[in-house]
Amino acid sequence: MTDQTAYNFAYLDEQTKRMIRRAILKGVAIPGYQVPFASREMPMPYGWGTGGVQVTAACLVPEDRLKVIDQGADDTTNAVSIRRFFQRTAGVAVTEATAEATVIQTRHRIPETPLTEGQILVYQVPIPEPLRFLEPRETETRKMHELEDYGLMHVKLYEDISRHGQIATAYDYPVKVEGRYVMDPSPIPKFDNPKLAGNAAIQLFGAGREQRIYALPPYSEAISLDFDDYPFAASKADHACDLCAAPDSYLDEVITDDQGSRMFVCSDTDFCASRRKAGHIGPMGTPMAGG
Amino acid sequence: MYVAVKGGEKAIDAAHAWLAEERRGDTSVAELSVAQIRQQLALAVNRVMAEGSLYDPDLAALAIKQARGDLIEAIFLIRAYRTTLPRLGASTPLETAQMAITRRISATFKDLPGGQILGPTFDYTHRLLDFKLAAEGGVPPAPTAPASLDAVPHVTSLLNRDGLIQTEAEGNATPPDLTREPMEIPTTRPLRLQAITRGDEGFILSMAYSTQRGYGRTHAFVGELRIGTVAVEMEIPELGFSVEIGEVELTECETVNQFKGSKTEPPQFTRGYGLVFGQTERKAIAMSLVDRALRWKELGEDNTGAPAQDEEFVLMHADNIQATGFLEHIKLPHYVDFQAELELVRKLRREALAHGEAAE
Amino acid sequence: MTPEALLGGFTDAPRQSARAFRAALEAMSRPGTLWPLEGAAPPAPLSVAAGVLILTLCDGTTPLHLGGSYDLQVVRDWVTFHTGAPLVSAEEAHFALGTWADLMPVDRFAIGLPDYPDRAATLIVEMPSLSAQGPRLTGPGIAVVAHLNLPETAAFRANRALFPQGFDTYLTSGAHVAGLPRSTIVEAV
Repeated sequence: MTDQTAYNFAYLDEQTKRMIRRAILKGVAIPGYQVPFASREMPMPYGWGTGGVQVTAACLVPEDRLKVIDQGADDTTNAVSIRRFFQRTAGVAVTEATAEATVIQTRHRIPETPLTEGQILVYQVPIPEPLRFLEPRETETRKMHELEDYGLMHVKLYEDISRHGQIATAYDYPVKVEGRYVMDPSPIPKFDNPKLAGNAAIQLFGAGREQRIYALPPYSEAISLDFDDYPFAASKADHACDLCAAPDSYLDEVITDDQGSRMFVCSDTDFCASRRKAGHIGPMGTPMAGG
Repeated sequence: MYVAVKGGEKAIDAAHAWLAEERRGDTSVAELSVAQIRQQLALAVNRVMAEGSLYDPDLAALAIKQARGDLIEAIFLIRAYRTTLPRLGASTPLETAQMAITRRISATFKDLPGGQILGPTFDYTHRLLDFKLAAEGGVPPAPTAPASLDAVPHVTSLLNRDGLIQTEAEGNATPPDLTREPMEIPTTRPLRLQAITRGDEGFILSMAYSTQRGYGRTHAFVGELRIGTVAVEMEIPELGFSVEIGEVELTECETVNQFKGSKTEPPQFTRGYGLVFGQTERKAIAMSLVDRALRWKELGEDNTGAPAQDEEFVLMHADNIQATGFLEHIKLPHYVDFQAELELVRKLRREALAHGEAAE
Repeated sequence: MTPEALLGGFTDAPRQSARAFRAALEAMSRPGTLWPLEGAAPPAPLSVAAGVLILTLCDGTTPLHLGGSYDLQVVRDWVTFHTGAPLVSAEEAHFALGTWADLMPVDRFAIGLPDYPDRAATLIVEMPSLSAQGPRLTGPGIAVVAHLNLPETAAFRANRALFPQGFDTYLTSGAHVAGLPRSTIVEAV
């Protein structure tokens, strides 16, 4: 018996998928609001993408081409593990090319290549509540969302400014969605925040352990919280990619020896490889076949 | 020249093969059978069943073998398997008063109807390593006594006859199931009990212990602890009556708690309740203490701010599969977040240093 | 139970419901756009699209309200056999099915709670036809502006005023569906 016949299509049973699907639809209807859902115990650990995996499982169709990235890369071990899970249980095609994928599950990045209509971006979310580290109680934060009382968040950001002269949040930077809910975009670098807004793709967020699903419909407004005199600024390392020379992609810093040498490379491995295939070569890069 | 690390897939395969080899260990030593684990490590099997929320000793034993004895890993295996099982129906409520008892003790009455039965307990063993066990050897048979056919009523029901202990609400409502519905805080006692019975033994033990040391003290005695097997019955609509479909071993603990009365309740004894799969005595006692501590609101007691009185705190942190997953996820790559922090710290330092120089 | 009730379900539920959900997701995510929904053959007067939506989203945990002209024995039997959804009054419904006239007045349906706005009904409104003409739609999911031949505008405007509470709507006709979440701003043209 193959794995595909031993388990239902995309692993989850039909009743569970219906429950998740209903939660996704309510999430889409109330952009940025966290819909509670009866997250199931998946065959991978909580905190390793169980929310994203359940959302992906509920969305997949046999014709999909799935891309899975972790830290922007297709070949990180947890991305490999999740991709294999769906190859086994849903039999879907997989790809590393952002433009070719119909469903992309991600941890901590939004791909550099702009997404298009027909694509779904599924985020793995560890802590869905943007107010959680300011107020640990769910009973309290739920009330704050209800009353649209986000004063605590503004106080926190303001304290940052008075202490550091700027907002000291580099990732997991909160956004206000459609003028209503403050939303946690998952731990993406704030460099990626502008890509949340006005995106042509459907963006779905799954938090398994915390039992929440939320969504950004296409072309939604998602404004990074800031102050008039301290406007939000997306930031990245002040370098170009050493492999593909991209001046505008998010970079990983790689330590290359014990003498303090380092290089900067695109965190989005597909983006970087595509550029090299197209002939863009950075100071430490080598041309790649294909194109 | 830099070549990005590739080969995650190969690394995973190799790691799995190595793990399988390590699990087996030295092949010159006989392999453990699942039956051996089930028979000889029964208390480990019980814990895996209790926290895995699945009564199947063979599967629990298999999970322990597969997990190399890591019980939380074994519980995880059982939980992941359990989620895929179809729900064919629900049993009728178990009648623990009808338990076929192997152990029954009360700390509140010296003697009582049905008697005290010490049963197979570590309680009065002197904890001296038994080096005879290092060598294989037979065990002399234990003395036996004829099974008593007398009814064994719950101790608390005896107290209840005098109105000295708080009466618990009865009802036929279907209890909630936190594995099928998202948890909503504040919750209800049935849901709390489910969360605690499958909660981590160590966590529940520590929470219970904290109440004994004064953080939300409830003055508990073990009114009754009973261990034994109970029939599981299911109603078959086509037949119009219920049939026995099997039996499960359970540990049930009811504490009797001193209670001087509150603004809303008269002075009387109150109780905490613990019910756990298998012979799992420590867990059942701990569960009943935590249950009682969480009932402060319903009994009109003061919230002293003790951790064990804090429903959200207890319930959101009791599950070891959630906890271990999230704890261990910090070993996954966080390059992106770390890079973002690195840039920020560098920038803040640059500005702080420039500021310092300007000030000098 | 009529023999008809036993027919017309999915033949390959895991895959058919997956495809149907994707269409329903796109429809709710991009208000005013039309999406094909196929794979079931529900009894009249149900459209194919409405039947597919019910098979995809409803089960024993989702009470369903059948509006007047849909509250027929054959429909009740079909829904019960294929989904097990309890049939209930408008006030208790998670889902509701009928023509717009059947579902009036729509202020009977659950709009969710201030702290749990997701606990709101989803209406499945059967339409004689669907076209990208009529009232002007703007809001989440819409790049600039969309149009859809809604049965009216006032009720949807009143619903939008409740945001983040409010019901959500699917409009079905033949083998097509369009979505109208509570977040959409509807204006008559």
